[in-house]
Amino acid sequence: MSEPLIKIRNLHFSRGANKIFDGVDMDVLEGRITAVMGPSGTGKTTLLKLIGGQLTPDQGEIHVQGQNVHKLKRAGLYKLRKKMGMLFQSGALLTDLSVFENIAYPLREHTNLSESMIRTMVLIKLQAVGLSGAHQLMPSELSGGMARRVALARALALDPMMIMYDEPFTGQDPISLGVLVKLIKQTNDALKLTSILVSHDVGETLSIADDVKIISRGKLVAEGTRDEIMHSDSAWVRQFVEGEADGPVPFHYHGASIEEQLMQVKA
Amino acid sequence: MLLNPIIRLGRGSIFLGKTLAGIPQLFVRFGLVIKQLYSVGVQTLLITLVAGLFVGMVLALQLHYTLSTFGAEDTLGLLVALSLVRELGPVVAALLFAGRAGSALTAEIGLMKATEQLSGLEMMAVDPIQRIIAPRFLAGFLSMPLLAAIFSAVGILGGYMVGVDLLGVDAGAFWSQIQAKVDFYEDVMNGIIKSFVFGFIVSWIAVFEGYDCIPTSEGVARATTRTVVHSSLAVLGMDFVLTAIMFN
Repeated sequence: MSEPLIKIRNLHFSRGANKIFDGVDMDVLEGRITAVMGPSGTGKTTLLKLIGGQLTPDQGEIHVQGQNVHKLKRAGLYKLRKKMGMLFQSGALLTDLSVFENIAYPLREHTNLSESMIRTMVLIKLQAVGLSGAHQLMPSELSGGMARRVALARALALDPMMIMYDEPFTGQDPISLGVLVKLIKQTNDALKLTSILVSHDVGETLSIADDVKIISRGKLVAEGTRDEIMHSDSAWVRQFVEGEADGPVPFHYHGASIEEQLMQVKA
Repeated sequence: MLLNPIIRLGRGSIFLGKTLAGIPQLFVRFGLVIKQLYSVGVQTLLITLVAGLFVGMVLALQLHYTLSTFGAEDTLGLLVALSLVRELGPVVAALLFAGRAGSALTAEIGLMKATEQLSGLEMMAVDPIQRIIAPRFLAGFLSMPLLAAIFSAVGILGGYMVGVDLLGVDAGAFWSQIQAKVDFYEDVMNGIIKSFVFGFIVSWIAVFEGYDCIPTSEGVARATTRTVVHSSLAVLGMDFVLTAIMFN
């Protein structure tokens, strides 16, 4: 069994009075695609920001490649981030730069490569995501799916050891969705990366994930390999995987019942 | 209630410290500043030219009306020049700068935050304060005195057009009074110092509001409004303080 690349221990994190994580332990194994799933608003994106050191936990530790992310000094954190690609939900492309310049950006910032070498590398990365013909386009000219593929090419530019995908499938048409699913799988296998895939699209995510973690209400409620999760008899997991309205997760938002609210007399 | 502005001032000061610390790095990447000088400075030029011209023309009309009752029309050039160089040039140019460039800076940075571009840079191990904020701040700081100088120069030309060409003031008197009585250090330099201070304040408020905004449509809109309101008030308040120090 491979060593965990990311080790999360006793993670606590709150936004104001709202507890996002309440003692989460999690391991992400090297070379695998780990899906972090859960209902909307459970802090999946927050988890990626905590791993990337953009947010600091209230309590607990996150180790990436043996280094405690939140104990690192700025230079150390930036050094680690060069090895961590991240694909944002919106793509997060710099809107004033062309597709080519967006992918060249991390190379220009962190390497002393010649212009011809940068050009070659950018075109190779774009070819890998099937968009070498689109290098002169501006981000505003790209569809949502294309923007995410360009963002993936940019995340791959520095040959990272891992990539974090934040909701890559949200709002995609079936063709873009299929392309992205295939790309994530191929990229992980071909480049021997470790991928963390945050999503609530059950079908697409389970089709490529090796390991699955399900979080809800600040806790890790289920974890295991894809097959273990798919055949789990936990009522919670079944409700989430099969998308049922009734189950351990209530359909109604917690608060006063409609009867109580209707009976309230306005002062 | 009272604590919130103090907390924001503290955050803004720490942010300013980080921005200033990022400026030395810009000397090796001066292209970033030049790009921003264009969008912050050059693109504010037209509104500055037009406003300067009209302010100078109105000043000449108003002053001529009063001066002519004392038979002192010859001092028109001097009064127009002093009003512009000491006060109206730096102040009105700064107000225009806050409305045109400051709001644009806040909206741009706020939208970059809302669309996760700033987070994206951080995750690429690029400091957004160094690459995005510092060039914009420096460009604003450098542009402001130039725009104020252009405003004053065009205003004096506007005053000349109205005073000399329209109202018949002697051209020689118009220019010679300016040459004789406008002191380079006392008047021009103090005006330049004012415009540097205003450029610093407006640019600081604009980049901070953008960086600190709530990353939603409403948050960006509020931050943009705050930039214009706070910058304008800060410019007018600082103008009083600086004038009291310089000319008292």
